[in-house]
Amino acid sequence: MTDLRVSFCGLESPNPFWLASGPPTNTAGQVLRAFDAGWGGAVWKTIGEPIVNTTSRYGGIDLNGVKIMGFNNIELISDRPIEDNLREIYEVKKRYPKHLVIASLMVESKRESWHEMVKRAEGAGSDALELNFGCPHGMSERGMGAAVGQVPEYTEMITSWVKEAARTPVIVKLTPNVTDITRIAAAAEKGGADAVSLINTINSLMGVDLDTFAPRPTVAGKSSHGGFCGPAVKPIALHLVSTVAKKVRIPISGIGGIGYWNDAAEHIALGASTVQVCTAAMHYGFRIVEDMIDGLSQYLESHGFRTIEDFRGRAVPNVVEWGDLDLNYKIIAEIHPELCIGCQLCYVACEDGAHQCIAPHSAAGNGKVNIHGKGVHVPRIIEEECVGCNLCALVCPVENCITMREVPTGLPPMSWNDRARQQAGARPGCALPPTPSGD
Amino acid sequence: MALEQIPPKLAPQQYEENFADLTPPMTRRQALIEAARCLYCFDAPCTQACPTHIDVPSFIKKIMTGNTRGSARVILEANILGESCGRVCPTEVLCEGACVMHEKGEKPIEIGRLQRYAVDFVLDNHLRLFRAGAPNGRRVAAIGSGPASLACAAELAQWGYAVTIFDKNELAGGLNTYGIAAYKTRAADSLREVEFVRQLGVTIRQGIEVGREVSFAELEKQFDAIFIGVGLGETWELDLPGEDLEGVCGAMEFIARTKIQPFGQVEVGRRVACIGAGNTAIDVVTAARRLGAESVYLIYRRREQDMPAFKYEYALAKNDGVIFLWQTQPVRVLGRDGVVTGLECVRTRLGEPDAKGRPKPEPAPGSEFTLPVDMVVRAVGQKPLTGFLRAVSGLELRQDGTVVVSEGHQTGNPKYFAGGDCTNGGKEVVDAVAEGKRAAGSLDAWLGCPRAAH
Repeated sequence: MTDLRVSFCGLESPNPFWLASGPPTNTAGQVLRAFDAGWGGAVWKTIGEPIVNTTSRYGGIDLNGVKIMGFNNIELISDRPIEDNLREIYEVKKRYPKHLVIASLMVESKRESWHEMVKRAEGAGSDALELNFGCPHGMSERGMGAAVGQVPEYTEMITSWVKEAARTPVIVKLTPNVTDITRIAAAAEKGGADAVSLINTINSLMGVDLDTFAPRPTVAGKSSHGGFCGPAVKPIALHLVSTVAKKVRIPISGIGGIGYWNDAAEHIALGASTVQVCTAAMHYGFRIVEDMIDGLSQYLESHGFRTIEDFRGRAVPNVVEWGDLDLNYKIIAEIHPELCIGCQLCYVACEDGAHQCIAPHSAAGNGKVNIHGKGVHVPRIIEEECVGCNLCALVCPVENCITMREVPTGLPPMSWNDRARQQAGARPGCALPPTPSGD
Repeated sequence: MALEQIPPKLAPQQYEENFADLTPPMTRRQALIEAARCLYCFDAPCTQACPTHIDVPSFIKKIMTGNTRGSARVILEANILGESCGRVCPTEVLCEGACVMHEKGEKPIEIGRLQRYAVDFVLDNHLRLFRAGAPNGRRVAAIGSGPASLACAAELAQWGYAVTIFDKNELAGGLNTYGIAAYKTRAADSLREVEFVRQLGVTIRQGIEVGREVSFAELEKQFDAIFIGVGLGETWELDLPGEDLEGVCGAMEFIARTKIQPFGQVEVGRRVACIGAGNTAIDVVTAARRLGAESVYLIYRRREQDMPAFKYEYALAKNDGVIFLWQTQPVRVLGRDGVVTGLECVRTRLGEPDAKGRPKPEPAPGSEFTLPVDMVVRAVGQKPLTGFLRAVSGLELRQDGTVVVSEGHQTGNPKYFAGGDCTNGGKEVVDAVAEGKRAAGSLDAWLGCPRAAH
């Protein structure tokens, strides 16, 4: 039997699935329902001096008829009195002592204000504190949220103030809207943070109504930049989680684009100890956690892992600098004609969009006969030209119809950095290799 | 028809339900989702399978991007009757039959419905996508206002020709107006497309029969070239005793009534026998059932697997509760007081293979039986309009009465071009459109009118 329990900064969580601070964790009623559904923890919607929100607040981007590939919001922190939030945290903890309730806090940048808020939150029974240094809209203009999280010195300073008062673990939530997130993570660690969570939402504008020229989400014909999240941001989140995992030694709570158990597993493989979910719960409700738990358990079982810790961070060493990739590794594309449907998408993609290594079907019998007795035009990989870029396999609409096959080169592994070192050795006085250009 | 033979009238709402669109129009959301399924094949087989070569992936992509007007333009540039083709084309054996999704083990893209969605947008909103070309001083007449003539006229008008269409019927549109099952398209739908062509500056003179109200000589004098798109004529007779009884009619005549009369006024028997098993026969039996006939028989002298109707048409009739009598042929129509009371039939058995290699059905002596029916519909194909066609000097006709044309659809008389059912013997609307277009191109080349870029 697999065990999904995780230990995070000394806290025991029934599973790694937490609800991120946001609309789903706004009230006790919601958090209680979420725990009933199976969530292991909840980061409460950020508590601070109550604000006033706009209508509307959210925007979505659909892709080819599928709803909410990306999502954004211009909603601020909790609009309810601090005491109401704290009383509800107390109620929830009383009924669910084994589940984690983490208070997300945002306070004006004064030492005493932070001290007071930390004490009140801990007094209400919260298991840990998450410092919202990432909210990209509304609060940053008031010197809070991302205004703190974008400056390493502020991050370190306020983290240290919090640590002066805190008795529970302190998690610093990082904004991705910076040039180098690892500097902020390191500053948080230096300030005494017990953990970091990332990523907060990404600055975004969801679109423009081309009749009224009102940006979305629209408030009386106008809009403002909001935080982008949802399935589309996962690759960005995974990259940033991996860089932070390489940089700091404190635990990470991974956030960004998690809708399914496998998204969570990827965050964990890149170093996260727990994961936080918001958009998917906003889209489908708390019930989604059932398959997250079920799917992750089955994954562990099928791979012989007993606990999450058994595979956590396993992918981190495999994220390397481009200069350390093996240039002598070679793969080429292979079309399996029995699966080909003759759409020619690989041909046109390679011809126009990549490296001209696929020949269209030719009259020389390069086809097959389909179920209707008609000919299917199967394109042909020009193997000696194929650069192994993946594009054809990516555009092919049929699973496993185009696969990438390794072609042994018989050469030992050699990276760009190896090559540069060799050349530097061969040509004394020329230490730096020419920079590779192009992406 | 005697009153007691007419089945009880259905409620008006029931008729509308029975003849509602077989494939309803798509909502915007449905269209977007279906369009998103399209793989956007390069060198797409659907486009190749379409006789008018509509650039299917292109028009579908435009639906997806919200450029519905542009989508309709792509369709209508290739096929001016894109709306009706979207409804009535046998897409299962054309574009949708060629869709690569079949190979993928998935449902083909609903190309026909998407096509209708796009063109409906333009017709519903009365958008003008095309305009008449600058006049080139040439005049062309078209005889018949069906799909072939409309397609030919639409091309020529855009190139600057002054086109006049003559049609002997009260309503324009030919078979599209009169001859297609009402649950596929209504006369009003066809007339909407006629209007679209008329807006290009094409003159349509209805109720004028060439050779009667206006002579061929006059036409030849007034026009630089003439396109013949007259289609086929009335349904073939069966040459059976009793065929002149009241209650016997041809398929085309019966279907035409369902298109121009209110459904409640179309005469139909309580028990109807239809002879023939082509797609037109299916139109007849399904219409008879939907008009309220209690028992409808389809009588075919060959076997089920020999039936020429498309599989899905057959399925439709089966679903409507039509009774199929295979290997059966009519012997005589029985009647009383000049009105049909029954149909005497005989079973057939398989004989020697005929010219096409199919076993020739032969009556099995002693197997005669009588079907008590009060209406008999002949659905054994249409007669060519031989009398009309022979009146054109120099026109060469095949043995079956169809007009011989060159690859460019020019007839034996170089001033005359022809296309559609009168040359191909009876094919799909989309074939008629393709032929009308091709004729326009070669007519233009023959008249030597270099056309301005358009």
